[in-house]
Amino acid sequence: MTSQNIESFVNQRYQHGFVTDIATESLPPGLDEGVVRAISARKDEPEFMLEWRLQAYRQWLDMKEPKWPHLHYKPVKFDEISYYAAPKSDADRPKSLDEVDPKLLETYEKLGIPLHERAKLAGVAVDAVFDSVSVATTFKEKLFEVGVIFCSFSEAVREHPELIRKYLGSVVPRRDNFYAALNSAVFSDGSFVYIPKGVRCPMELSTYFRINAANTGQFERTLIIADEGSHVSYLEGCTAPMRDENQLHAAVVELIALKDAEIKYSTVQNWYPGDENGVGGIFNFVTKRGDCRGDNSKISWTQVETGSAITWKYPSCLLRGDNSVGAFYSVAVVNNMQQADTGTKMIHIGKNTRSTIVSKGISAGRAQNTYRGLVKVMPQAHGARNHTQCDSLLIGKQCGAHTFPYMEIKNSSAKIEHEATTSKISADQLFYCRQRGLSEEDAVNMIVNGFCREVFKELPMEFAVEAQALLNVSLEGAIG
Amino acid sequence: MLEINNLKCRIGDTEILRGLSLTVNAGEVHAIMGPNGSGKSTLALVIAGHEDYVVTGGDVTYNGKNLLDLDPEERAREGIFLGFQYPVEIPGVSNASLLKAAVNAKRKHQGLGEVDAFEFLKLAREKMAALNMDPKFLNRGVNEGFSGGEKKRNEILQMAMLEPSLAILDETDSGLDIDALKVVAKGINALRAPDRAIVLVTHYQRLLDYVEPDFVHVLSEGRIVRSGDKTLALELEDKGYDWVREAASA
Repeated sequence: MTSQNIESFVNQRYQHGFVTDIATESLPPGLDEGVVRAISARKDEPEFMLEWRLQAYRQWLDMKEPKWPHLHYKPVKFDEISYYAAPKSDADRPKSLDEVDPKLLETYEKLGIPLHERAKLAGVAVDAVFDSVSVATTFKEKLFEVGVIFCSFSEAVREHPELIRKYLGSVVPRRDNFYAALNSAVFSDGSFVYIPKGVRCPMELSTYFRINAANTGQFERTLIIADEGSHVSYLEGCTAPMRDENQLHAAVVELIALKDAEIKYSTVQNWYPGDENGVGGIFNFVTKRGDCRGDNSKISWTQVETGSAITWKYPSCLLRGDNSVGAFYSVAVVNNMQQADTGTKMIHIGKNTRSTIVSKGISAGRAQNTYRGLVKVMPQAHGARNHTQCDSLLIGKQCGAHTFPYMEIKNSSAKIEHEATTSKISADQLFYCRQRGLSEEDAVNMIVNGFCREVFKELPMEFAVEAQALLNVSLEGAIG
Repeated sequence: MLEINNLKCRIGDTEILRGLSLTVNAGEVHAIMGPNGSGKSTLALVIAGHEDYVVTGGDVTYNGKNLLDLDPEERAREGIFLGFQYPVEIPGVSNASLLKAAVNAKRKHQGLGEVDAFEFLKLAREKMAALNMDPKFLNRGVNEGFSGGEKKRNEILQMAMLEPSLAILDETDSGLDIDALKVVAKGINALRAPDRAIVLVTHYQRLLDYVEPDFVHVLSEGRIVRSGDKTLALELEDKGYDWVREAASA
């Protein structure tokens, strides 16, 4: 096995490349105050929400796209994007799965997500976001019994405006960055979760996102609040149909953990990555941030990133409460022409705060994978601890791995550790596995899964299995 | 079982095997000895199908099949096992998962059903007990942070699990202390069977004190220059390899 062979192992068509034929009710391309007002009006939003969007829009106009990422792509033409699309049935939304457009359900089937069965079997409540409007929410009643609110963001704006007013933008301010500001102006929908004091959420909460309308930016907005002493595990997974145009995706996720609360947020991201020549694919600019606002609170991010042409994403933790704990476990796979610039920020503010970063980057084809991380210890953050482990695995000779770890330590009691490795799947490893009877492909999968094991074990069981399968699909043809 | 006829091969521009012939029948144990650089490990790797070695002449038949036509994994599934001189580390991949995948790849090839986790563990624990291995071994990464002795013992465990028809052990004895050597030898002897052949590639006579070969071959400059029974190994130990080289060039 030579490394040249290794390079040609990466050519596999995107499995979820199909388009559901549902008429969408889109706004014409372009963005101005009228569009912002139209989005807000369609959602019957209260005045405060419109005002918030408009302020975000005005702030966005003054902002510039960040140029610092290690990413190369043609500039996004923001005036050619349509900022809202909803399935036709918007006005008359289904009350149960029986009322859901069968074509939608079919789409889930193709993705291997038989929603109803899956939800029942796995005990998972699914708030399915198809394009921009939630079409099905299950297990709501069971959650309602314990006081958990799990609904679409739009519904939360109408039903729980006091929570939205209090928490929206309190972790990611409107003008935090260019994409966050854009999202704040035009966000379409997303999920809202509130776990009341002392409640341990009785099931994993799960949302499947899916982009379906051509040329429509998707702007998800997620807000999760874990009140004092509560606990929640949230799963986010996405797949997208094959498209030739680049699609912009700029999501914002805000997590708030109050005193003694814990939020575990897991993502499997599989947006369309573009073809082997880098044509098409999703541009994914995401702002995810968790605020450990109370003492002893805990937030952990686990992500498996296999999709998108461009990924710009740094799920971060603000460790404000004393003894609060932040964690970031990440597997980022890039193949063909994909580019990822991803990592995390751990901001230590409270006393005795701890954070863990485990990042596993896998590059194949001609792809470029960048880890970018910041560990910041503020002057008042006595006794802060951080451990960072950052490993890169290269498959073939034409891909790249880059690491930019930043540290700003302003308290001398901090203990910060950083470990980094870069390795290649060696011909010796492959031969060893093949001599034991494994095919080359199985050998690669086994080695890659081994490399990612520390991260996979952080995922909920059924999600870990999915993630592993997804990884295998993403790297199919990476060696040959 | 294995018929090697006038085999020639090179790696890069260097010719290593220069017309090697060897016949191994079922039930036999052969020892291949020879000085450094004589081509012992190359022979083992060529039989296993390592793609860095280019066969430039001769042929190899295994159970009537042209071995050189088969991919390494096909050879493995057909029952050829190579115990590596330097087993590689595969971080994060547990011994159990590699072993189970290997066992099932072979079973599938034989048209048998896959073993489930329960059967597999039972079998693995049995074999490990025989090799004085801690069952915790199964959960460790493949050869990850193993001592030299542990790596070699792990190779023997894999062999015991896979029950090959032809086992080639490349310097399995090197780097072992005497206790480990005895355990490894016990593992090899346990596999001696009328339907199985074992080829031991070794530098020293030491292993042969515990695993008695039926045939001993001396390799020099890519050819077998002398064959005999176990007394040849003792003679070598006594006279050194220069004696063979002189005999070969004479």
